[in-house]
Amino acid sequence: MTESTLLSIEDVIVDLPTPRGNLRAVDRVDLTVGAGRTLGVVGESGCGKTMLSRAILQLLPKKAKLSGRVMFDGQSLLQLSPEKLRKLRGRSLAVVFQDPMTSLNPVLTIGTQLIETLQEHLELDMRAATKRSVELLAAVGIPAPEQRLTQYPHQLSGGMRQRVAIAIALSCEPKLLIADEPTTALDVTIQAQILDLLAREQRRRHMAMILITHDLGVVAGRTDEVAVMYAGRVVERAPTPALFKKMRMPYTEALLAALPKIDAAPHTPLPAISGRPPDPTRPLKGCSFSPRCRYAWAQCHVEKPRLEESDSPGHQFACFRPIDTSAGAGA
Amino acid sequence: MMQQALPAVSNDPLLDVDNLVVEYPVGNKIVHAVSGVSLQIARGETLGLVGESGCGKSTLGRAVLQLRRPVSGRVLFDGQDLTAMQGDTLRLMRQRVQLIFQDPIASLNPRRRIGDIIAEPLIISGVKDAAKRQKLVDEALSAVGLDPALVVGRLPHEFSGGQCQRICIARALVLNPEFIVCDEPVSALDVSIRAQILNLLEEMKARYGLTLLFIAHDLAVVKAVSDRVAVMYLGRLCEVGPSEQLFAKPAHPYTALLIEAIPVPDPDVRPAETVPVGEPPSPISPPSGCRFRTRCPRADQRCSDEVPELRAVASGQFVACHHPLI
Repeated sequence: MTESTLLSIEDVIVDLPTPRGNLRAVDRVDLTVGAGRTLGVVGESGCGKTMLSRAILQLLPKKAKLSGRVMFDGQSLLQLSPEKLRKLRGRSLAVVFQDPMTSLNPVLTIGTQLIETLQEHLELDMRAATKRSVELLAAVGIPAPEQRLTQYPHQLSGGMRQRVAIAIALSCEPKLLIADEPTTALDVTIQAQILDLLAREQRRRHMAMILITHDLGVVAGRTDEVAVMYAGRVVERAPTPALFKKMRMPYTEALLAALPKIDAAPHTPLPAISGRPPDPTRPLKGCSFSPRCRYAWAQCHVEKPRLEESDSPGHQFACFRPIDTSAGAGA
Repeated sequence: MMQQALPAVSNDPLLDVDNLVVEYPVGNKIVHAVSGVSLQIARGETLGLVGESGCGKSTLGRAVLQLRRPVSGRVLFDGQDLTAMQGDTLRLMRQRVQLIFQDPIASLNPRRRIGDIIAEPLIISGVKDAAKRQKLVDEALSAVGLDPALVVGRLPHEFSGGQCQRICIARALVLNPEFIVCDEPVSALDVSIRAQILNLLEEMKARYGLTLLFIAHDLAVVKAVSDRVAVMYLGRLCEVGPSEQLFAKPAHPYTALLIEAIPVPDPDVRPAETVPVGEPPSPISPPSGCRFRTRCPRADQRCSDEVPELRAVASGQFVACHHPLI
């Protein structure tokens, strides 16, 4: 995988000043994404998954402090000039957000927004850009694309708007697409359509994708690898089948167990995770999950486990009492 | 309006909704939010109500409680017609029914203390003795797993979403109601908190002998708590049946589509790519005949000519479809 690493994040820290003190939103995260690969980033609200994506895109709030290294396609993003960054974003590094209304301009037509992107990054003339816009809208499954060009975002449904946002993101053939909760605002049948669309375009264009979501079901069938985040850190990272079948981190196990199962009998009590995530302005000395972890022992409360390789390839976890070893669940 | 008839689930249902119609004016047009829905909920039962946004499920929940008055139809609660009640009679009746909303933070007044928020229903219902109110508030808070001593004096913003939902549940329980409409009570919560709240609702149901109408868009969540499930599409019921049976053998193509669209947290289950394109039509001008026909792979001429009636396809399972899957 190393021969074609497209994105590599090393030791990334994002600090946000708040009235309650410093909030460490992302805490020493390392990740890599190979060209054409799909990485799922899973975690609950406040775990830092969105801040991590903003750090990659260099779209953090002004007050945020970022450190570490972000290498994309051979360039260090943290050292690029704002002008170079702007050229990169939208061209080879694209993003789709949760709410398409926030990424689309409400007072410009769909056509203007698509054509503008194409003219800016690909330097197409009006006629070529218009033709390409129609093709893009058709490719993302929008009926009557020529007519849509003259419409405004509010005239479209949520699902259609997200298709437009995806069309804009794909317009310049990006090498990496960051999809941040792209279907959370949508109904389940529309969600399936949008996820299928993203998967199809990702394969067809051999584009790398980071799929950020709180829903383990969304990443299960659609990613090569998954990173699970908790309290700002990556606590487990593995090839998707291994993460679901041979997870080592108790948080991953607890998160999966807490999901209602469609094949379980009604009124089956759910194995809930007690308590809630720690206050990010009051970091814990030990493992952030230790107060909620049923396997935690003394060491877990005083020492932070590092994300380390396991004996299976590509599988890393941060835990002193991993599952399925003599020290963990079996003990 | 065509009636969707439904045979009785029991001889003595707690809630009996009969041919309910709810419409909203929008400009000079009319939104047909609920178009002739009939359903019953037995005492002690949880009926799950699922459907996509805009299908009318929340409107139905509100119309049952008379928070939105129906255009026509009847809502019999314990044998009495709520749609015919006004003023004090309705207010008195409302002590027996409660509602829990999707957004727990928005449904708590940010400037009032938790103790006052939970005591409010008691004051409205005429519990004048402050000591008694305090006792009932403490009981309700303890029941939902919060320590009254630590909670009553604080404001909603000091609590997380999950804790706010516990507070909302305590507020709903404080009058010792018989029936609660839960409108997407866990949709805004994270997975680890969602399971806690679902378990809590189940515990409360057993402890207080509650009957629930559980509205949600997430089928797995609905299945976890419901004895029976009703599937709604564009203001009408498509299918009603016992949870397990309905999930194992859906009879309506829409139910099957919803089940297929659920992302399964198992990498061996390849996502089905058979989900049809298209989106629900507008409830302002719903399609003729079967409202699902514009997205249905089985639709034919009859589906646009004739409104399908709910009819039995299996024991306790009813479907409104001309070409059911079973």
